[in-house]
Amino acid sequence: MSQALRTPSGGRINRARTVRFTFDGRELTGFEGDTLASALLANDVHLVGRSFKYHRPRGVLTAGPEEPSALVAIRRDAARVTPNLRATEVELYEGLVAESQNRWPSLKLDVGAVSGLLSPFIPAGFYYKTFMWPRRAWQWLYEPKIRAAAGLGRAPEHPDPDSYSNRFAHCDVLIVGGGPAGLAAAHAAAESGARIILCEQQPQLGGSLLSETDPGAALGDGEWLSRTIQGLMNHPRVTVLTRTTAFGYFPHNLIGLEQRLTEHLAQPDPRQPRERQWQVRAKEVLLATGAIERPLVFPGNDRPGILLAGAARSYLNRYGVLAGRRAVLLTASDEAYRSALDLHRAGVTIAAIVDVRPQAAGELPEAARRAGLPLHTAATVVGTTGRLRVQGIRIQRLDAQGQPQGAAERIACDLVLMSGGHTPSVHLFSQSRGKLHWNEALQAFLPGQSPEKARCAGACRGIFSAEAARRDGESAGALAARDAGLAIGAIIREPPLLEAAGAAVPGELPQPAGRPAIKAFVDWQNDVTSRDLSLAAREGFRSIEHIKRYTTTGMATDQGKISNLNALGIVARQIGKAIPEVGLTTFRMPYTPVTFGSFAGYARGELFDPVRTTPIHDWAVHEGAVFEDVGLWKRARYFPRNGESMHAAVNRECQSVRTSCGLFDASTLGKIEVVGKDAVTFMNRLYINSWTSLAVGRCRYGILLRDDGFVYDDGIVARIAEDRFHVTTTTGGAARVLAMMEDYLQTEWRDLSVWLTSTTEQWAVIAVQGPGARHVLEGLVQDVDLSAAALPHMSVAPGRICGVPMRLFRVSFTGELGFEINVPADFGAAVWEAVYEAGRPHGITPYGTEAMHVLRAEKGYIIVGQDTDGTVTPDDAGLAWAAGTRKSDFVGKRALERPVMHGPERKQLVGLLTAEPHVVLEEGAQIVPDARVTPPTRPIGHVTSSYYSATLGRSIALALVRAGRERMGQTLYVPMPGGNLSVQVVSPVFYDPKGSRQNA
Amino acid sequence: MLLISCPYCGERPELEFVHGGQAHIARPGDPSACSDQQWADYLYRRDNIKGVHAERWRHTHGCGRFFNALRDTTSDHFLATYKVGEPPPAQAQAQAQLRKATT
Repeated sequence: MSQALRTPSGGRINRARTVRFTFDGRELTGFEGDTLASALLANDVHLVGRSFKYHRPRGVLTAGPEEPSALVAIRRDAARVTPNLRATEVELYEGLVAESQNRWPSLKLDVGAVSGLLSPFIPAGFYYKTFMWPRRAWQWLYEPKIRAAAGLGRAPEHPDPDSYSNRFAHCDVLIVGGGPAGLAAAHAAAESGARIILCEQQPQLGGSLLSETDPGAALGDGEWLSRTIQGLMNHPRVTVLTRTTAFGYFPHNLIGLEQRLTEHLAQPDPRQPRERQWQVRAKEVLLATGAIERPLVFPGNDRPGILLAGAARSYLNRYGVLAGRRAVLLTASDEAYRSALDLHRAGVTIAAIVDVRPQAAGELPEAARRAGLPLHTAATVVGTTGRLRVQGIRIQRLDAQGQPQGAAERIACDLVLMSGGHTPSVHLFSQSRGKLHWNEALQAFLPGQSPEKARCAGACRGIFSAEAARRDGESAGALAARDAGLAIGAIIREPPLLEAAGAAVPGELPQPAGRPAIKAFVDWQNDVTSRDLSLAAREGFRSIEHIKRYTTTGMATDQGKISNLNALGIVARQIGKAIPEVGLTTFRMPYTPVTFGSFAGYARGELFDPVRTTPIHDWAVHEGAVFEDVGLWKRARYFPRNGESMHAAVNRECQSVRTSCGLFDASTLGKIEVVGKDAVTFMNRLYINSWTSLAVGRCRYGILLRDDGFVYDDGIVARIAEDRFHVTTTTGGAARVLAMMEDYLQTEWRDLSVWLTSTTEQWAVIAVQGPGARHVLEGLVQDVDLSAAALPHMSVAPGRICGVPMRLFRVSFTGELGFEINVPADFGAAVWEAVYEAGRPHGITPYGTEAMHVLRAEKGYIIVGQDTDGTVTPDDAGLAWAAGTRKSDFVGKRALERPVMHGPERKQLVGLLTAEPHVVLEEGAQIVPDARVTPPTRPIGHVTSSYYSATLGRSIALALVRAGRERMGQTLYVPMPGGNLSVQVVSPVFYDPKGSRQNA
Repeated sequence: MLLISCPYCGERPELEFVHGGQAHIARPGDPSACSDQQWADYLYRRDNIKGVHAERWRHTHGCGRFFNALRDTTSDHFLATYKVGEPPPAQAQAQAQLRKATT
C-alpha cells in the first residue's frame, strides 16, 4: 500500500502533486514538498542504510542537516552520482533514484554485518592494537581490507559533467538562518537601512516554525511569518538565499556560502550551474543558526524506528507523516512532550512516556497526564529489541540515588522518540574564534565574545522558544545595522531569557551496576559507543582532542553535530571532571560537506591556470612543435619532422646549430629595465658582479644571490645607457627577481633613485645561433655593424630590423656565434618569419628548449634551479670569477665569508662521462666513490643535467660532487637498479673550451 | 581571507597581497662588521609573537608597494597599516594593550 503512514490532511506538502521515486530499485511515491526521508517514512520505510563499522541496520534519526545515519547516494546518470547525501535534506523530485550504501549484497541481508557480531572484540583503537605485526602488512593487507569493510558511499568514477559558479558579495549584515530569530533580525536590520543577505539551508524560510501546525500560535501573531517572509522577499535591500548553507566563517567576516541551484530539479538545465559558492564580506554577521536536539545514550539506541522526538514532530506537522503506529517517548525535558501530544492527537498510540527525571510537573507533562498518556517518571531504558526495526524497549525504575532497580519491563512499540534537550548550534560562531561558555542551567555551551564583528540570536544562544527568539532576533538585527554604521535610535536588547528548566545532563542514561551498556551509541555515523569512550578514558586518555582521534568520535562527515556533547558528558564523568574542564574539540569548516566542484568553480580545464604564450607561439603550433610547460608558459620543446622521435629531432636541431644556424624563441626570458641616476649603484649592491666598469653597449653575465649567499638567479645584463640596464632573468625567476629588487629598493635602499619595470612581455626575443648567424641577419639588420670588431661577443646595439626598432644582443647560450634580436612584441611574429625566410638558404633550423638544454650543457652553462638547488654558491658552480672582488658589499657577500661557504668538502659542479658512451645517466641519480659499497651509504653528489650529445657522439652529464674539482680524472659510480655505472669526472665544459666559436 | 588596508589604495582582499615577514629588521649597514652569529640572527631569527606583531606586506597585485602592519596574531585583526620608514603607530599599540586588558 502506498504511503500508508501519510496523514489524511495537514503538513506543508502539495498533496495534489504525487512524485514517483525509487529506493534501491523499489518504486515508491511521495508528494511535492517531501524530503526523501519524509517520503520513505510515509511508505513505512525506516531501514535506510548500514552503519560505518559494524554494518548495523540504520534508519532516519533526524529531520535536518545533522542526520548521521540516513545517508544515501542519489544517481542521475553514471557521472552524476552523489554519495553520502542526507536523506533528510534531499528534496524529492519526479524520477529520483536513491540507493543505500555500505551493504552487500542487499540492505536487508548484509554480509558485512558479521562484524557487528564480532563487535565486542572491536573496541576503540582495535585497529591500532591488533594489526600491529608485521608492520609492512598495513600497506598491502590490513589497511585495504579495513577500508573495504568500513565505509560510506562511493565516489563517482566519471569526471564531473556539471558546472559550478563562484560569486563575491558585500553587505552590511549577513544573517545566517531563516528561523524566527533570523527573519526578525533581517526585517529589523533592513528597516534600519542596512543591505542584507539572508541565507537559509532549507528550501523555505521559517526554520522551526515550519514544524508547527500553527506558527501563529507559537508567536502570538497569526500573520507574522507570512508577512515577514513576504516583506523580505520584496525588500530592495534584502537578498534572500534559500537552499544555501553557510559552511565556513573565515577571518575578517568573510563567510563561505554554498547555494544549491539544481539539486531539487527533476530535469536541470545542463547550462545552469549546479551550485554557486558565495564569498560574502559582511560588515556585521548575525548568526541565527538554531539548535539541534540531542539523542539519548542507552543500549540499542540506534535501531531503525528510533528518532529524535522533534524530528518525529517535524515529520508529522510539516510533512503529514507518522513515523510509526505505537510510540514510546524517552525524555529528560518538558519540551519533548509536545511530540507525544501531537502524535497522540494524530492517532498514534503512545505506549509510554519514560521520563528520566524524578518528577515531571510542567505544563506539558500535565497535558500528557490529562490526555491519559502512560507516564513513567524516574525510569531509564536498559535495552531495545528488533532487528531491522525497533520492536520494543525495556525500562527499569530508578531509585532515589538514580540507580536502576527492580525488574525490567518490556514495552512493545514500533517507534521510539528520544530527546536529551537541545544543543545550540555554535559551529559558525566557534569558527569565528569566538569563545564559548558553559551554562550549567542549560547544560550547554553558549556563545560569548567573538573577535569578529559577529553576534548571535535565538536558539543558538540558548533562547529556545519561538516568541523569545523572534524578539531576540529583532533587537539583534537592529544592533547589527547600527554597528554596520547606520544611524538609528537607541536599541534595548534584553538579557537572554534562558528557559533552562529541566535540561538533560549530557551523557549516558543510568544502567544497572556491573552490566556495562553495549551498543549504546554516541556517534551514529562513526559507530562510536559509550563503551569506546569509557575505555579510552580508562586507558589513560585525558585530552578530549586525543579521545576524539583515538575513538574517532565526532570525526565523521556530520562532525559530531548530535554526538559531541554526549561524548563529552561520558568522558567527563569517567575521568571525574566537569564538562567545561574537559573542554570542547575544535569546530572546523565545513558545517556540512561541500562539493569539491564548487571550490574549483570556473577554474577547471583551460581555465585552471592562466596560459602564457609568446608572439611566436602560433607559428610554432603551425610548424608542429611539441610544447612543454615552463611555469605558466607554453614553450616549444622540439620541432619533429616527418614523424621523428624527440631524440632524432633534438639531435638534428643541435647539429644544425653547430654546423649552420638555428632559430630559437627566447621571448619567455624575464626582462627588467633598471633605470635611474643610481641604477649602477643599485646593480652593484644587488648582483655579485661589478657594473661600474661595464661600458655602455656591453653585456655581462650577472649572478644574483640571496643574502644567505646562495645562487638565486642569473642572466645577461646589458648597459643600454649610463643610467639604464636591460636585465634578463631566468624564465621562471622573472617575477621573484623583480619582487626581490623592489623589496631592496623600497625598504632598504630608499636613498636610491631607480625605477624598475618588467618588460618581459614587451620584447619578443629571437635567438639566431650558429656559424651562419651573421649571414642570415646581414640582409635584415639596419643601422648595426654586425662585424666581430664592431659588435663583439657580449655586446648590445640599438638598431632596426625589417624597419622595426630593435635591441640586438650579441650573446650566446649555445657556444656558437649568436645574436638575440629583441623587438617589440607586436612585431615578434613578423620579424621571426622574416628571419626564418632569410635563413632558409643558410639551412636555418628552428630548435626548441630540449636542444637548447643540450647545447648549453655541452658548454657547461648552468640552469639555475636545475644545476643549482638553493644551496649552491657561485664558487660551487664554478662562477667565482664573476664576483666584483673590490666591492665592499653586495647581497650575499657577508654570507659567503663564512668558512663553511668555501670549505674543501663543498659540492662543486663537474662534468661526468659515462664509461659506456651511449648510456645517458638519470638526472637526480646519486654518486658514490666506491663501487663495492652497498646501500645504505652516503652519496657524495648527484647528477643535475644529463643528455645525449649528437655533436660529441656520446652522453654528457653535469653533476654536483663533493670536492669535485679535486677529483678530475677520477672514476666514480652511479648506483642504479641494474648495477653501478662507472663515470669519469671531467671539466663541465665539453665543447670548445676556449670559446673560439662564440667569438667568431 | 583577510581584508587588508593598503596605505596607498585602501581596503583590498588578501589575494592581492604577499606577506613579507617580520617588519623593522634592517639590513646591517656594514655587513662585514657583523659576526657570523649576528649575520645569522639577521638572516634567520624572527619573533613568533602571540599578540601584536609588526609585519611587512606587499600589495603585489595592486600598487606594488611594500608597507608595514600591526596585526594581532590571536585574532588576525589589523590594528594599523603604515608606510615604510614610518614608526609603528603608538596609538594603535596602546589600543591593543587596552583590548588585551578588557577581553
